[in-house]
Amino acid sequence: MQSSRFDSPLTPYFLLLPQMAIIAVFFLWPAAEAIWSSFFLEDPFFGTRTFVGFENYVEALSSADYRRAAWFTAIFTLIVALGSLALGMWLAVAADNVLRGRSAYKTILMWVYAIAPPVAGLIGVMLFDQHIGPLVDFVGLFGHEMKVGVNWWDTAIAMMIVATWKQIPYNFIFVLSGLQSIPNSVREAAAIDCRSSVRRFWTVIFPLLAPTTFFLLVINITYALFETFGIIDLMVKGEPGNNPKTLVYKVFLDGFRGNDLGGSSAQSVILMILVLVLTIAQFRLLERRIHYK
Amino acid sequence: MKTLDIRNVVKRYPNGTLAVKGVNVAVEEGELVVFVGPSGCGKSTLLRMIAGLEDVTEGEIELAGRVVNDIEPAERNIAMVFQNYALYPHMTVRGNLSYGLRNRGLPKDEIARKVAEAARILQIEEYLDRKPRQLSGGQRQRVAMGRAIVRDPAIFLFDEPLSNLDAKLRNQMRLELKQLQRRLRTAAIYVTHDQVEAMTLADRIVVLNAGEVEQIGTPEEVYESPASTFVAGFIGAPPMNLLEVVVEGGVALVGGERVAVASRHAGPAILGIRPERVQIDPEGAHEMEVEAVEELGATRLVHARLGNQPFTITQDAREARPGDRFRVTIPPGEVSLFDRGTGRRI
Repeated sequence: MQSSRFDSPLTPYFLLLPQMAIIAVFFLWPAAEAIWSSFFLEDPFFGTRTFVGFENYVEALSSADYRRAAWFTAIFTLIVALGSLALGMWLAVAADNVLRGRSAYKTILMWVYAIAPPVAGLIGVMLFDQHIGPLVDFVGLFGHEMKVGVNWWDTAIAMMIVATWKQIPYNFIFVLSGLQSIPNSVREAAAIDCRSSVRRFWTVIFPLLAPTTFFLLVINITYALFETFGIIDLMVKGEPGNNPKTLVYKVFLDGFRGNDLGGSSAQSVILMILVLVLTIAQFRLLERRIHYK
Repeated sequence: MKTLDIRNVVKRYPNGTLAVKGVNVAVEEGELVVFVGPSGCGKSTLLRMIAGLEDVTEGEIELAGRVVNDIEPAERNIAMVFQNYALYPHMTVRGNLSYGLRNRGLPKDEIARKVAEAARILQIEEYLDRKPRQLSGGQRQRVAMGRAIVRDPAIFLFDEPLSNLDAKLRNQMRLELKQLQRRLRTAAIYVTHDQVEAMTLADRIVVLNAGEVEQIGTPEEVYESPASTFVAGFIGAPPMNLLEVVVEGGVALVGGERVAVASRHAGPAILGIRPERVQIDPEGAHEMEVEAVEELGATRLVHARLGNQPFTITQDAREARPGDRFRVTIPPGEVSLFDRGTGRRI
């Protein structure tokens, strides 16, 4: 890459200023604030704060409630990340194999991605609505009355289904473009070498999709951990009670409902570290990403 | 015995385009047949139909005694070498060679034996544990060839396999490929747009144009007696001189010139003569003016006009360059005549 030259050495910094300001105001400052307050026990009413060191962290990590949320988050993330990847991939492979009206299928499946996330989340939640949700009616046919927001298991399953469902188009788009980057002649060579299309997929297509798959897994994990907040909030209708919750939702609950600002800050710092690890992993992956010719 | 018999094969695409218009070709046992023609002539489509990568719209393809129209590519007992090699990038060379055999459920020791044998023949033993991206173009080409050999197919299908190599390597690989095919005594079809490759490799050449066979013959037949003006213009570099003439009593009239021809045909025709069969001769019957000269090293092309139509003569570069005006002899035995309307040989 060619480096540009500026008349004054300060010009590039000046040009970066707006972006830097945004990062500072919306990320660095709150992050610093969170780290700072995670070491204090804070009085929510007119701030006297007491320095408590790592006590907030110890308390968070040793509480049974936190561990339960952590376990749920892990399983939730695993199922949502793998589920949306698997379904997105399945649909992409199917759409790629369609002979007639291929572009129509692709467009329709991609359209979903153009729907604004809160709207998509709302639609998903409506599917599980106690009164008008068709999925509740469907499950009712099997003699189970789903009570999303009341029954722990029902809520957990509904959350996972809606969160997975919303992430499928994203996976679909990436896998589809990944499939299109596999040379046709390689597929044809495989068709000559192997009669079973299922076996061809697992021995040739899937390994060649590996860079895309890894990328999507990281993205999906980040999504399931952090971006599912809105769905969960809609599902439990702001009244968590005994419902399953993810770590991010717990930060919100403890901080803004429980008024435990210090403890909630400590939890968010733990999540920040998690994001940092994920980001590093992702960058490493992107750098090392194998480009097949 | 025929290894491959293509009977009245037609390819029509869903949008109505006719890519192949009723082609009949037979490939004998151990024979190397080259499909040659300009791009879009249907040669690759035909090859892909034999491989099973394209459906056959009409007609029959019979391979080793059975009609394979509705048989999957993997079941046809063919091996194909692709233009861009189409190696599996995530597998080692060994993996690439053995993939098809593993899928067929061959015993491990037999796979190992076949892979070792192919690697030895192609001299790629050192690279067996490398990935394709660590290999040069020529090495990849050998691996692609190896993948075809291990299958022990009824027929090899080559789809312009050398066109991605540089000129020097291409000539070397061409020779190796021919020797390999002779040694294995396996029938092969080789698709190319390069008439030099066609001439040097083929036992028989099939010249295709716009989805139809123009001529089938040995390289010599195709060169010496092209069946049409298309073949005359396509095979040979520089191509055959083609002049519009009117023939009368064994003489072709080109402008004011009279060229003797060994034919009883009378009326308008196209006269064809290979540039290297024209002799520059001070005693010659036709005088012409030099328009341009191209030196090719071994030979020299002299561009002139005969009866005001472009005319090229190939000359040994060691002979003296002709002066501005020179005379040539056109031997009547070397002249071909074609129909003006259909372009077919008379």
